[in-house]
Amino acid sequence: MGMKQNLHKLKEKYRGKKMAPAFNALHTFLYTPNEVTHGGTHVKAADDLKRTMNIVILALVPCLIFGIFNAGYQHYAAIDMAKGLTVEPSWFGNFFTWDNFWLGAGKVIPLVVVSYGVGLIVEFIFAVIKGHEVEEGYLVTGMLVPLIVPIDIPLWMLAVAVVFGVVIGKEVFGGTGMNILNPALTIRAFLFFAYPTWMSGDKVWVHGAVERAGTADAISGETILGSYAQNQDVIYSISDMFWGFIPGSVGETSKVLILLGAFILIFTKIGSWRIIVSTLIGALVMGLIFNGVVSAGWIDEGSTFYGLMSVDFWQHLFIGSILFGAVYMATDPVSAAQTNKGKWIYGFLIGFISIMIRVFNPAYPEGVFLAILLMNVFAPTIDHYVVQANVKRRQKRLKLKAA
Amino acid sequence: MGLLSRKDANLILDPLADNNPITIQVLGICSALAITAKLVPSVVMAVSVIFVLGVGNVIISLMRNIIPSKIRIIVQLIVVATLVIIVDQVLKAFSYELSKELSVFIGLIITNCIIMGRFEAFALGNGPWKSFLDGIGNALGYGLILVVVGFFRELFGSGTLFGIEIFGNPVEKSGLYAYGYENNGFMVLPPMALIVVGIIIWVQRSRNKDLIEEN
Repeated sequence: MGMKQNLHKLKEKYRGKKMAPAFNALHTFLYTPNEVTHGGTHVKAADDLKRTMNIVILALVPCLIFGIFNAGYQHYAAIDMAKGLTVEPSWFGNFFTWDNFWLGAGKVIPLVVVSYGVGLIVEFIFAVIKGHEVEEGYLVTGMLVPLIVPIDIPLWMLAVAVVFGVVIGKEVFGGTGMNILNPALTIRAFLFFAYPTWMSGDKVWVHGAVERAGTADAISGETILGSYAQNQDVIYSISDMFWGFIPGSVGETSKVLILLGAFILIFTKIGSWRIIVSTLIGALVMGLIFNGVVSAGWIDEGSTFYGLMSVDFWQHLFIGSILFGAVYMATDPVSAAQTNKGKWIYGFLIGFISIMIRVFNPAYPEGVFLAILLMNVFAPTIDHYVVQANVKRRQKRLKLKAA
Repeated sequence: MGLLSRKDANLILDPLADNNPITIQVLGICSALAITAKLVPSVVMAVSVIFVLGVGNVIISLMRNIIPSKIRIIVQLIVVATLVIIVDQVLKAFSYELSKELSVFIGLIITNCIIMGRFEAFALGNGPWKSFLDGIGNALGYGLILVVVGFFRELFGSGTLFGIEIFGNPVEKSGLYAYGYENNGFMVLPPMALIVVGIIIWVQRSRNKDLIEEN
């Protein structure tokens, strides 16, 4: 009799008790549940919700690890640059170093712990009150949240936002699978509107920039989008952007690792390639339109929008968080469109609107999370019309046959 | 009961809880979103509506037998408009700053669905005393929610209550702010009023299951 058997026995003993869901959650976390389907089985597949969630987390781990090193790298690089040195990133020279790791881990791990801790406590409380099992939905959200916030966000703010996001974004609608909005983005949106000084600007993206502001050791934490929005020169090269040696939210800087995650998600059929591809197409189309506006000479260099509008359309995919949003956020199976045609429309509009907000709204330097939340709201409408169109088409066919 | 019969008392008490105009009938939402960022305007708005609805209900009830039913809406509008203008002028005379802050929303009491709703649903068919109680009750129910929402929004959005600093001073970094606390800017924005009202509705319905609609 191992621990597994004991746990199964305990489960039987406490069935129907108030704290049973909390116990069962721990139990399924450790072992495969011993419950099997009752009655005839129709769909045989090895992937349950837990496995689906775990693969997404797996796809996020490279981003997290890179984010830890990048946090340290950006900090030290900014200090060196403030001294007037030029800093060239090199993988083993100044990136994968223990200094970077300890500094980054000291900042990023607490974010992960707070995100998971607070979120799961809320989930457990709701499961016990409502008497249902704890759902796995928070596993991915809890991993996404630390990756999409600035490195120096105070932990209590994150905790407040997680409570808000899980309760208002998910539990009031009935928990995992019922939410209209993506919970991770709800959390980010809450932080963005509640504590804007910690979520945007040129100081929050590099560790230490806030506390050093105004002192002799001041360092800059400007993101690429911030520089473009102010029509300044960008000091980072395209390869820096691609590999991820740039300041930004914790886990979204390295495009190559996001693409790796995208391949994992597409290969395992967990993320919809339709949404990812159409989001990127939407972003490119909007970028092309803005390039067209610039080359047609409709705006001149004095315009506020000139900097961002003149960015080459394909570069939009490398700056900001459009790629991260497309791969990990837009593809959330619950809040995205469900029909195949709907997914194309949904994704395209996310990309399109993201770049539009990015260029036109200086108050919101990045529009990806707003665009995804907006389209989350519209996803059921899109699906409705796709389904109705299909119904009409078939009715027409039926009529033709009858005639 | 001494002063009020049980039935009369219910006229006042029902709208406070189980038949609340905002949380149950979902009326008067726009003003509840617009002016509840601070407590003072919420209270002033609540008092104004209590006055307008209490007096208006009595006037309509007194006239209920002589108003031709075809033009009753117009008559009702004139009564509200008169009362609202009185409130507006009083505010302008005695508290100009506040009246600027409340701006159009005092004038928009005219279009507050609660008021026309009570005229139509109650005052046209009941005597003046009952109408008065009904008016006061509904306005109190409206005001109660306004004050509760205003309380949370001002406390967490600005760290003050009635303008008095509760958590310390954010600029001087005193009190809680010294420990890194910051005001929640989202609380000041209108969407948060909607969410706070939503939470009140949620709490109310989970305490009283009869209120949950079947669907």
